[in-house]
Amino acid sequence: MRTGEQRRTLHGLAFVSPWLAGLAIFTLFPVGASIYYSFCDYDVLSSPVWIGSLNYRDMLSDHVYWKSLANTLVFNAISLPLGLVAALALALLLNQPVRGRGIFRAIYYLPSLVPVIASSMIWLWIFNGRHGLLNEALRAVGVETPPQWLADPVLTKPALAVMAIWGCGNTVVINLAALQGVPRALMEAAMIDGASAWHRFLHVTLPAISPVMYFNLIMGIIGGLQVFAQAFVMFGGGGPDRSVLFYAVYLFQNAFEYRQMGYACAMAWILCLLVLGLTWLASRGSRRFVHYQEG
Amino acid sequence: MRAFSRLIVYALLFGGACLFVLPFVWMVATSLKPLHQTLSQPPTWIPRKHEALVAGEWREVVPGDLVTIGSVWVSPAGQDRPIALPRDDVRDGVWEPAPGRRIEVEVLRDVPATTASPWRVVRTLEERTLEVVPDTSIRTSIDLRWENYPKAIAAMGDFPRYLGNTILLCVLNVVGTVLSSALVAYGFSRIEWRWRDRLFGVLLATMMIPFPVVMVPLYSLFRWLGWVGTLKPLWVGAFFAGAFNVFLLRQFFRTIPKELSEAARIDGCGEFRIFWQIILPLCRPALVVVALFTFLGTWNDFLGPLVYLTDQKDFTLALGLQAMQSSRSGGTEWHYLMAAGTLIVLPVVLLFVTAQRSFVEGIALTGGKS
Repeated sequence: MRTGEQRRTLHGLAFVSPWLAGLAIFTLFPVGASIYYSFCDYDVLSSPVWIGSLNYRDMLSDHVYWKSLANTLVFNAISLPLGLVAALALALLLNQPVRGRGIFRAIYYLPSLVPVIASSMIWLWIFNGRHGLLNEALRAVGVETPPQWLADPVLTKPALAVMAIWGCGNTVVINLAALQGVPRALMEAAMIDGASAWHRFLHVTLPAISPVMYFNLIMGIIGGLQVFAQAFVMFGGGGPDRSVLFYAVYLFQNAFEYRQMGYACAMAWILCLLVLGLTWLASRGSRRFVHYQEG
Repeated sequence: MRAFSRLIVYALLFGGACLFVLPFVWMVATSLKPLHQTLSQPPTWIPRKHEALVAGEWREVVPGDLVTIGSVWVSPAGQDRPIALPRDDVRDGVWEPAPGRRIEVEVLRDVPATTASPWRVVRTLEERTLEVVPDTSIRTSIDLRWENYPKAIAAMGDFPRYLGNTILLCVLNVVGTVLSSALVAYGFSRIEWRWRDRLFGVLLATMMIPFPVVMVPLYSLFRWLGWVGTLKPLWVGAFFAGAFNVFLLRQFFRTIPKELSEAARIDGCGEFRIFWQIILPLCRPALVVVALFTFLGTWNDFLGPLVYLTDQKDFTLALGLQAMQSSRSGGTEWHYLMAAGTLIVLPVVLLFVTAQRSFVEGIALTGGKS
């Protein structure tokens, strides 16, 4: 018997060995090194020099750092709720018994597959102040001086949020799968009891899909705090008045443009804490609203 | 009432779909235009060609612009001779409508730099040689500039090489990810062993670590190995199983009845043979999902190539496109950018159309039961 168990353990370890090796090389080692580097002055070219908590203290007085943090939080405060509501609304529409649902679903889903470099270019072109499609449309309806979407620091974040909504198809499909799992018996019971469509949504649909909405929220927080590529491609160094210098963009600049790798590592750890903290907050806050079905 | 609400559902779905498709349509439309039409007001959806009858022959002309050959000025909507030009297009009394074509102009009215529309009103000094062609003698036809595509490819630098690099990375990543993730998922689902569930907990926990945390040490590791500036950092990791894919495949592997493996074991089948000959063929749909998402992830990846590729000859398509986009000088050649954009988006669309079912099932799997 004992040998059987040992053999199974050996087999199990053999099968997961690629991941175990990967865990050591691509996770455990970098995590350890990253903690160490965050307390060092490190430019990659020469070996790291221990400087204690200086990187963390520098962060406190670095106003660009605070700006990048504020930018990231403000952007997410705009784009996350908008994206979640839009994805839910679209999924509800697609869940109706409509013809051509497959085509509609494909249309809403496709933008989320587009390479970020291509979507960034498309939207740079659409938001272009002088010749962009959006401003041409605004001029056509009588707005004489339409806004400079990408040059006005107030408007750059909403512009990126619009882009994010265009790419929400992934979440729409997840929501749709959840909606199709809403127990039919429950829905019919509510109908027999004479509940209105709004009440059915509020008291049957929403509780039934709440675990998936929660999943979307957590994924949105984790992804949103790391938003990088769109902002980096469209605005390079951070845009007008550094209004879209996001946390991950500034981190990237520190690591690969200013060669302050230690500072970048310290920033990354604060980001990690931020992700964990916000996820924890979200899980606390949504405990009352998330209902897990039995079985 | 019911019919009315159905109508609203259709209207909303259709309106939304139009908005979602619009950016694609606009990209493709722009990619088929001549440069001047990308800037025309109002915007043109279908690329066109305008020709005017000048001295008995049809010549291509650009409304509102000076034509390079034959000194024809086509006046749109009854404008008179003085025309308005973008301020930056006029320097020291010279207007350059096209590269190499210089026309002396006299500035009649200059609008201050602070105003929103920086125009200069000018009068051409070559006025006497110009000829006004009335709008009515212009004929318009649809003209799709397919030649923008080869030109965009040429403008991108070494396009075939970028494409080759991207495909190579896609193949290596797909093969590596599918193989290693399937092996690991098998170990986490089809064999009972001691530390299995605790280790799987570790795997789930690693998914919470944000990429920037490991970014710098990985860079310095690859630099120490001498791999920065090669494609290696972008595919070697794939052979060590990604946590997310293991998770996804494990969900699928667990649905296959245990009895199947047990029967095979009694028949003397080794663990690897059960994996290779029984489980893998049964799990093809899940493997396809992992392969698809890995392909797309590699095709679309931007940050990885940006960090690790230093030499133009190693660029991927995404990076080549970014280089083309950021190296623009002066006026942006939107028609070429959009043509290049269309080229990079097209394979993604084709892949989606051919494998739509797998995509949708795969996403439902990721967000669904845990």
